[in-house]
Amino acid sequence: MVAVLPSSGQTFQQGGGRRGRRITPYLLLLPGMAWLAVFFLIPLFSLAQTSLMQMRGASPDQGFVNAFNVANYTNSMQQFMAQYLRSFWYSGLATIFALLISYPLAYFIAFKSGRWKNLLLVLVVAPFFASFLIRTYAWRTILADDGWITTTISHLGLLPDNRILATPIAVVAGLTYNFLPFMTLPLYASLDRIDPRLIEAASDLYAKAFTGFRKVTFPLSLPGVVAGTLLTFIPAAGDYINAQLLGALQNKMIGNVIQSEFIDIRDYPTAAALSFVLLATILILVTVYVRRSGTEELL
Amino acid sequence: MATAGRIEDLHIVRVTKSFGAFTAVDDLTLTIPGGSFFALLGPSGCGKTTTLRMVAGLEEPTAGQILLGDRDITTSRPYQRSINTVFQSYALFPHLDVFENVAFGLRRRGVKGDDVTKQVTSVLELVELASLARRKPGQLSGGQQQRVAVARALVNRPDVLLLDEPLGALDLKLRRQMQIELKRIQSEVGTTFIHVTHDQEEAMTMADTIAVMNAGVIEQMGAPAEMYDLPKTAFVANFLGQSNLVQGQITGQEGDLLVVRVPGGDVRVPVSRSADTTGSLVVGVRPEKLRVANGNEANVNRVRGRVLDVSFIGVSTQYTLETPWDPERPVTCFEQNDEGAPDVKPGDTLELVWEYAYTFGLDGDEDLEAGTQFLGESSTDDEDE
Repeated sequence: MVAVLPSSGQTFQQGGGRRGRRITPYLLLLPGMAWLAVFFLIPLFSLAQTSLMQMRGASPDQGFVNAFNVANYTNSMQQFMAQYLRSFWYSGLATIFALLISYPLAYFIAFKSGRWKNLLLVLVVAPFFASFLIRTYAWRTILADDGWITTTISHLGLLPDNRILATPIAVVAGLTYNFLPFMTLPLYASLDRIDPRLIEAASDLYAKAFTGFRKVTFPLSLPGVVAGTLLTFIPAAGDYINAQLLGALQNKMIGNVIQSEFIDIRDYPTAAALSFVLLATILILVTVYVRRSGTEELL
Repeated sequence: MATAGRIEDLHIVRVTKSFGAFTAVDDLTLTIPGGSFFALLGPSGCGKTTTLRMVAGLEEPTAGQILLGDRDITTSRPYQRSINTVFQSYALFPHLDVFENVAFGLRRRGVKGDDVTKQVTSVLELVELASLARRKPGQLSGGQQQRVAVARALVNRPDVLLLDEPLGALDLKLRRQMQIELKRIQSEVGTTFIHVTHDQEEAMTMADTIAVMNAGVIEQMGAPAEMYDLPKTAFVANFLGQSNLVQGQITGQEGDLLVVRVPGGDVRVPVSRSADTTGSLVVGVRPEKLRVANGNEANVNRVRGRVLDVSFIGVSTQYTLETPWDPERPVTCFEQNDEGAPDVKPGDTLELVWEYAYTFGLDGDEDLEAGTQFLGESSTDDEDE
């Protein structure tokens, strides 16, 4: 930058240029870091502070005072353990189903779709053109008690209560559907990057089609599997729309609890403590998962 | 490694491969002797890689048969053939280390434990990479990756090893080194090597038999020196080295020499080196066989012309002359500087001479330009059909 100034001495030019190169990366980081600080770190700190507050009086309506009330954590954990476990159970199931549906789909798009590739990718993303809420409402109709899906499955005698809506099946189905593109796209990206010659090489080295998949294609797609499962599991674990619109009262997830503690009951410390525990649990689960799958470079 | 006497010939019998309307390989018949280092040489798009892929089993011929010894392997899957490939740009498995890359084929065939270790170690020693067994391919240089690719194929002790432009991605110096290396490995293991390349120098250096391929057919096949000395088609004359070619008419015979009228005078061609004894003939001679006349020569062919360009290359000087043969096609001469470089400037008139015995005669219908369009094709181009 300074080097273009004709009047500058040579040593100064060099020093200035080098310093410029050192600073540039940080300058580029600045907008993002500033954004994160203002809209993530500061709110996070304030959330932590809220989670430790104490009620001023006997009910939340009288407000809260700053304190170090760790009981918010222990109490809310005890009270809502079931919803926590249910959240991880539902989102875990949704992640597995999304993976089972997305892998063959992404595989087909990456290796077999030929000139239809771009169209299929647009179709994968197409649901995003409608709002999340509307799509989830649509599933109420799809899974309605008198809808053809429910009646067909009932006739086959596969549904004990003859209904899907307001059951865990509906919630998991909704989660799976809503987060499917987040699974498909990273899987597609990692599969598409695989050099087809590697698969030919596997075949040349005595690997039958399935062995070639198991030993070459699948291991090479692992970064996509990890990215896809994270992008599905993390938002699904905190989701409350699917449980609210498609589930019954007994299918509430931790997102529903946090939402009602914040909005309806206005017990901010409890809601904040619940959010913090969710955040920490997900962080731990993700770290363990990424470590175990050997894809640390994603972190 | 391969057991002596067991190496079988590979027969490609009337094989055709079409992709839609495009015929990549056209009615190709070829026998590759067991244990030979065989080069399939041709320009990009000539069908050589397609031929190799059919031998590997990665493409199925539209028509014809491929036999290994007397076994028909035309339709068998790649994993059913004892043929392994060193892929262009190597196709090493990036998630496996060198050892596991090499062990891949052994493990798929059910070799276990110590046997795997023993065989992998021994082949890594052969390619001098034993110390890098635990590196990932991404941590290796191009030359090292290339040797891993060779080891990964060779460890399976295939009947035939296919090499698809294996040196295309390497720089010139490394390529020279690997040529010698591959030649050494081949003579140590004795396996049939089929090497596909568009680099004529590479083919001549390494192979004991070369087949020159053009537009889906084999133009000529033989030992490198033989083919260089006596090309049978204009394509081979121009693609395998360079040639000066001129169109002429056979006017008579003097003993075992044919007299051919070419623009500017007669030249003589040994009958044994001519494609024809009557009618029209394309006469050719290699540039290094020409020398500047000193006036004392007898019984030589001659051509006079105006010097267009002189370039001094140290060991030799290259002259380009405009001659009556064809003003559009300058004659090239590589004169050895064994007596000091003569003082010749562009515009001078020069007489070049060469022995009758170095002259060759091609069919009169040959296209003089065939193969010349590929001369600028550098060996670093690694794209192929």
